[in-house]
Amino acid sequence: MTAAAGAPAAPRPGARGDVAATDLDDPDAAGALAVATRGLTKRFRGGQVAVAELDLEVPRGAVYGFLGPNGSGKTTTIRMLIGLVAPTSGQVRLLGEPVPEARARVLPRVGALVEGPAFHPYLSGAANLRRADAADRTVDPRTARRRIGDALERVGLTAAADKRFRVYSLGMKQRLGLAAALLRPRDLLVLDEPTNGLDPQGTREVRALVRELAADGTTVMVSTHLLTEVEQLCSHVGVMSAGHLVAQGTLVDVTAGTTTRVVVEARDAVGAARVLRAEGVGAVTSAGEEARGELSPGGPDPERLLIALVGAGVGVRQLRLERATLEDLFVDLTGEAADVRA
Amino acid sequence: MSAPDTAPATGGPARPGGGASAAAGRRPSGAAADLRLLRSELALVLSRRRNVVMLVVLALLTALVGVGVDLATGDADPGTGGGPPFLASLTQNGLFLAFASLTASLPVFLPLVVSVVAGESVAGEASSGTLRYLLVTPVDRTRLLVTKFVATVLYAAVAALAIAVTGVLVGLVLFPVGDVVLLSGTTASYGEGLLRLAAVTAYATAMLTTVAALGLLVSTLTEVPVAAMSATAIVVVLVQIMGQVPQLSFLHPWLFTDGWLRFADLLRDPLALGGVGDGLLLQAGWVVVLLGAAWARMTSKDVTS
Ligand SMILES: Nc1ncnc2c1ncn2[C@@H]1O[C@H](COP(=O)(O)OP(=O)(O)OP(=O)(O)O)[C@@H](O)[C@H]1O
Ligand SMILES: [Mg+2]
Repeated sequence: MTAAAGAPAAPRPGARGDVAATDLDDPDAAGALAVATRGLTKRFRGGQVAVAELDLEVPRGAVYGFLGPNGSGKTTTIRMLIGLVAPTSGQVRLLGEPVPEARARVLPRVGALVEGPAFHPYLSGAANLRRADAADRTVDPRTARRRIGDALERVGLTAAADKRFRVYSLGMKQRLGLAAALLRPRDLLVLDEPTNGLDPQGTREVRALVRELAADGTTVMVSTHLLTEVEQLCSHVGVMSAGHLVAQGTLVDVTAGTTTRVVVEARDAVGAARVLRAEGVGAVTSAGEEARGELSPGGPDPERLLIALVGAGVGVRQLRLERATLEDLFVDLTGEAADVRA
Repeated sequence: MSAPDTAPATGGPARPGGGASAAAGRRPSGAAADLRLLRSELALVLSRRRNVVMLVVLALLTALVGVGVDLATGDADPGTGGGPPFLASLTQNGLFLAFASLTASLPVFLPLVVSVVAGESVAGEASSGTLRYLLVTPVDRTRLLVTKFVATVLYAAVAALAIAVTGVLVGLVLFPVGDVVLLSGTTASYGEGLLRLAAVTAYATAMLTTVAALGLLVSTLTEVPVAAMSATAIVVVLVQIMGQVPQLSFLHPWLFTDGWLRFADLLRDPLALGGVGDGLLLQAGWVVVLLGAAWARMTSKDVTS
């Protein structure tokens, strides 16, 4: 993305923006959200605005995919959510409680993986978890051994528990980070790129783990670049671009706003294109034996199109709908260019 | 340190996650939890091989001084020679090996090892990224700072003890044991000598407390542990050099190194505690100032490592 992309894309209608935002001071409304922010902004020293006017809403029980290109502000947002970085302005509520004020009360119920795992290199995996557990003043030390064993088991790290962290592979480190987040039951998990560096089995295990946790009622907010992962896993998504939230809502709602492509294969492709245009399909083109167009939401029914095509005698052989993938939507929302924002 | 958070984290709207706080089991008392973190912190400090090696080196240096003096005094009478204070008395009583070694180590070696541990404390966690996970656990930032400080001071005490104990043991082997002739010329029993050594060790630890606080402050300012360690050590050396410059004599009473070697007063009879008291008071003042600055920094900084 170039510097000119600093101006955000307009929020997708229906996905965000035209609905009145939940009043954070209304305890019932705020309580239904696991994560809520209002006008959350971070301007770093040096003037860069990494996150601007963010109104995040992660409902309880959701699996929320937090997406955005490199440098769009996802990690900075997560750091503000858990009180590591002080916002320049705006409010944060986690599980209905204000952060950072109620940090001591609410953070024990939140497990987090931020910008990769971090442990003491010279301690073993198990010793690192003991250290993490010792820091938590709200857990019972007598159950520590069992909880640490369970967490290691859960991420498939039991065999490597006594190896020093220094010699762990990337995926093992990532798994240990997840184990630390799972040292005790949580109401909310905030996972920043949890599958980074994992092998395909590991990725599947994380997916299964997230599903299992979500089924138990844990809200999961996961930032990732694997969009197919998101399509399989998430109930809700939020998309960041250049520090702004450009779309947010249920996966269905957010993708519903996208146009669907209609592809017609016909003997007379030019004739088919003419029919499509007449029926109100947008951006129609034809090439060879294929005509394409875009069906906007609320546009003509595909069934009616088919009848019209057959009636026009253009020799239609196939009519196919191509739904926009999340990737199309993502590129559409955040721009094509691969350069990161300066 | 923040008040113990004993209120259960329930209440408010129904939480689908359920048992996050229930499954935490019975909450330990605040003090027990603080002790648990401190124990973990000490284990962390001592799990670094470097930190243990430094203790061993201090003990070895002490033993080496003893052996060196033993060899050198085989033929000559050291009583009239120069050299560090107390060394002259060494051949009369082995206990003085501990006093001499503490005196020799206090200006440089001991501050150096304390600088290493204190410099590592926060910067080390920041550079490895573990600081962010400690803070989201959550560990209150003030509580973390106090824990790091206490652990560093305990390490300083262990370092001073390593010298004292080695001094006593090597002294027992190589030199005569018996009544101790104090600096004022009077004689005390060996047992009283040991008590006075304990007092001197405690005083040395108190002096090192300022180094610990200074190191902690520097450690909150950087994410590079080595930078924090060397900066701390350099400041300690610089302050001692300032203490030697006559033109700066107006500053001398305020330098934190000013009272460091006053523990000789603990070896007089009767005890002259005025100087020692002033020394402790000055250290306390510096510790409060340095820790206050470290606290201000720690509780306001963005953790982006
Ligand atoms: N401490 C800091 N000081 C100044 N700028 C920062 C700081 N931390 C992050 N930024 C800037 O904020 C912007 C957002 O960074 P952030 O790490 O939040 O991106 P991200 O969405 O997590 O990217 P990625 O997908 O690559 O992890 C970047 O332009 C980054 O350079
Ligand atoms: Mg990131």
